[in-house]
Amino acid sequence: MSLAAATHGFLSPTGVEIAFLLVGLVTFGAALVTVTTRQLVHAALWLVVTLGGLAVEYLLLTAEFIAWVQVLIYLGSVVVLLLFGLMLTRAPIGRSPDADSGNRWTALAVALASAAALVWVVVDAFRTTWIDLDGAAAGSTAVTGASLFQNWVLPFEALSVLLLAALVGAIVLSRKAKAEPSPPPVNSRAATGSSPSVPDSRNHPIERNSPAEQEGAL
Amino acid sequence: MHLAYPAVLSALLFCTGLYGVLARRNAILVLMSVELMLNAVNLNLVAFDVWLSRTARDTLHSGQALTLFTIAIAAAEIGIGLAIVLAVHRNRGTADIDKLRDTAEPHGPDEATLTEDEKAEATA
Repeated sequence: MSLAAATHGFLSPTGVEIAFLLVGLVTFGAALVTVTTRQLVHAALWLVVTLGGLAVEYLLLTAEFIAWVQVLIYLGSVVVLLLFGLMLTRAPIGRSPDADSGNRWTALAVALASAAALVWVVVDAFRTTWIDLDGAAAGSTAVTGASLFQNWVLPFEALSVLLLAALVGAIVLSRKAKAEPSPPPVNSRAATGSSPSVPDSRNHPIERNSPAEQEGAL
Repeated sequence: MHLAYPAVLSALLFCTGLYGVLARRNAILVLMSVELMLNAVNLNLVAFDVWLSRTARDTLHSGQALTLFTIAIAAAEIGIGLAIVLAVHRNRGTADIDKLRDTAEPHGPDEATLTEDEKAEATA
């Protein structure tokens, strides 16, 4: 390790390190704006910048499959789902003065204390550790797929069961608790093969969108 | 690349998410902050996996496999969480966490009377 440390230095950063640092600054700044802005929709849009910056960081760490999964799932579905949630709960579009609760100073103190402790511990522990990024990519699709389906098959299948349970749970949660007795023409229409959510969507046009959206995310 | 760069960035992102969870009032903004914390953990997992796959000959790629699992579980979590938030908003008319105090212990006389009123409403 000491021999490897001798060939590296803080004062001669490589191009990858400089790129990582710059993208990291953008990511961290966007994360700060995400948790401090008073415009709720802007928070979701800054979250896009944060998650996209993290995808670039994964690419710089040669984990390309994770990077594209991040783009597909987080940028593609989670942010869209959050925006739908903001709109379905009728979030105000402009500035909302009560976005932060009263204990924000306590929260700031806790966050700063934990950040200082974590950064100190991490820097002290890995002061002389370097990642070797040369050679074949550590996270190409072939490598990730081989390890996933050779060593992680059972957790992978368990995860699919979990996703199914989450899908069913989201649908059950978004339905109305008590189904109102439907008028006869609705029943006949449902029996002839139309979608069962159509009669309800007449009464509750906004809330009915939620099961389909959660289904799309999973 | 120095391992401290991704580790420090991950720690900072985690603490940003921690501040968001503690300080935000809207439930959906709290969910966004939880996503930030999960992403910080993902960055840590990927960085240490890339490091260990070169130095310790770790052929399992456990960090990247766990990252994929975390991303999938985060997607499930956000779906369930938004379903709960929407159900609360449908029943209560608000997604404001500070106003959902049914199970909170009463601190002062004001909140005690408030919970009494809410109990009366619930039983009525």
